[in-house]
Amino acid sequence: MSGLPIYATTGQRVWYYTFRVICGLIFFFLIAPIAVIIPLSFNAEDFFTFTPKMLALDPDGYSLKHYRDFFTNNDWQQALWNSFRIAPMATILSVSFGTLAAIGLSQQHVPFRRVIMAVLISPMIVPLIISAAGMYFFYSRIGLQGTYWGVVLAHAALGIPFVIITVTATLVGFDRSLTRASANLGADPVTTFFRVQMPLILPGVISGGLFAFITSFDEVVVVLFVGSAGQKTLPWQMFTGLREQISPTILAVATILVALSILLLATLEILRRRSERLRGMSPG
Amino acid sequence: MRDGTDEFVVFDHVQKSYDGETLVVKDLNLSIGKGEFLTMLGPSGSGKTTCLMMLAGFETATHGEILLDGRPINNIPPHKRGIGMVFQNYALFPHMTVAENLAFPLEVRKVDKSAREERVKSALDMVQMGAFGGRRPAQLSGGQQQRVALARALVFEPELVLMDEPLGALDKQLREHMQFEITNLAHSLGITTVYVTHDQTEALTMSDRVAVFDDGRIQQLAPPDKLYEEPENSFVAQFIGENNTLSGVIDKIDGDRCTVRLTSGDLIDAKPVNVTKPGEKTLVSIRPERVEFNKDRLMPGAHTLKAEVLEFIYMGDIFRTRLRVAGKDDFVVKTRNAPDQARLEPGRQIEIGWLPSDCRALDA
Repeated sequence: MSGLPIYATTGQRVWYYTFRVICGLIFFFLIAPIAVIIPLSFNAEDFFTFTPKMLALDPDGYSLKHYRDFFTNNDWQQALWNSFRIAPMATILSVSFGTLAAIGLSQQHVPFRRVIMAVLISPMIVPLIISAAGMYFFYSRIGLQGTYWGVVLAHAALGIPFVIITVTATLVGFDRSLTRASANLGADPVTTFFRVQMPLILPGVISGGLFAFITSFDEVVVVLFVGSAGQKTLPWQMFTGLREQISPTILAVATILVALSILLLATLEILRRRSERLRGMSPG
Repeated sequence: MRDGTDEFVVFDHVQKSYDGETLVVKDLNLSIGKGEFLTMLGPSGSGKTTCLMMLAGFETATHGEILLDGRPINNIPPHKRGIGMVFQNYALFPHMTVAENLAFPLEVRKVDKSAREERVKSALDMVQMGAFGGRRPAQLSGGQQQRVALARALVFEPELVLMDEPLGALDKQLREHMQFEITNLAHSLGITTVYVTHDQTEALTMSDRVAVFDDGRIQQLAPPDKLYEEPENSFVAQFIGENNTLSGVIDKIDGDRCTVRLTSGDLIDAKPVNVTKPGEKTLVSIRPERVEFNKDRLMPGAHTLKAEVLEFIYMGDIFRTRLRVAGKDDFVVKTRNAPDQARLEPGRQIEIGWLPSDCRALDA
């Protein structure tokens, strides 16, 4: 086989194949729960299990009825609409504040950089339930609890750490002499930011934004605390759906979300390659 | 090239400290004439780059004033100074094409599109890069990037251009070629250039005047020939070119002649530079090419030293002979490879001497 040198001992050969089997098992463990919901979401019956017809690959065993349910049921449509109203706005806030924070914190002369950074990253580390409870009490006090902006702000706070981390990582490779060159050529700091710095850190900004978007789109704990019925998002609807009326529509929604995530991750990878090309790592 | 009366850039008692304790630049006074090509030369940490950065506006002077064309510029931000600069790593914008890089300074100056294209084109032609306008910097070689950086620093027609070790990353041949091109361009456009380097050959071949920096001060400011032939202190003598040094004590001073007693006890003739009285410790410096083997060419009564040939190196155009002189075995003599030039074989005992004016007694 390729990869295995001719002089390999029996022990090495055994380990070579065992290693592959172990990797395969780990992969299976990670993927199986996700993979299994995809065929189940096309179930013609209202069950969470494979019917004999499905196992026989009989076309009658499959249907799009759960997808139809998702797209016609008012509860689901309202939840989808809420998610699409909250996630983009939370993403915009996360990206703007997170990018500015990352740029500010990458300057050497800012005092207490590490402390400030730790505070801003903390929503990622503190258990979500604690953040959620804290936000609930705080937002109730200032009248944001149960409002659209309350949920948006809470999700923005959860998304900011992702943006800070990805943008900081891009800034590490950013050549400071480029901003100097820009200033030297006559561009004021704002022009320099938008014409020189922003285009070069854009991949970091966008991938941070994608993470922030997914965080908001997937989030259920905080929205349960901070939101009210008017802000019922897709994950919230799935959560209540699981508890109250067990319907395979959840599987259809899950499949759609998986597809969306794959799409976003692919975008991310394409952006990463583009940024590498721009930095001259692989000319062409 | 230099118009002595017109002071275009002036450093007036400038000091710079990064930490509030140690001065990186100590009391710098320097005037640069319009159209002059001035090089700041010095080892790393000597303060030369800091001076350039203060001129560009990226560092602020802790004390003192910098004047550009008679105007103090301490409070003017970098983007309003209108000074061109070539950075050490070129600092070309990687997300823009070559032409976009060059158009950038014109765009921010609101030059209209047709004038912009014309000026970008002529700037690229000036550095023979006319065919590369559509490429990205990453697709260019080091030498090409260097040319683009030069064109970008010149395209908005600044009167002053700063260059921070711009040729450091190029190979020797290309570097020599670019030295020639940069000086030609600077002189033909009549721009004032401040060039920072630690390469003394570059400094000598390109500049109208060279300021040798060490320890935050200008050690000597002079045209290249003067700097090489008449160093004013032992730092400059050591830093510029190859140099033989012998240590001793001043024995006698008489006007521009002095006698030095070396640590070995021998007496030699020298020219006192920054030594004043007998008994003072001194380092005498002699250029390797100014050492004379032929006694007939020396002045009558000149002191000579006994020397033993240790090594003879054939270098093509020159011979390099290492001698043991006055107890030191790193005394080097360079002779031209001429038909009548003797090749000294190791082990031979000879006598060497020099014109007193070529042997400079400097501070120890």
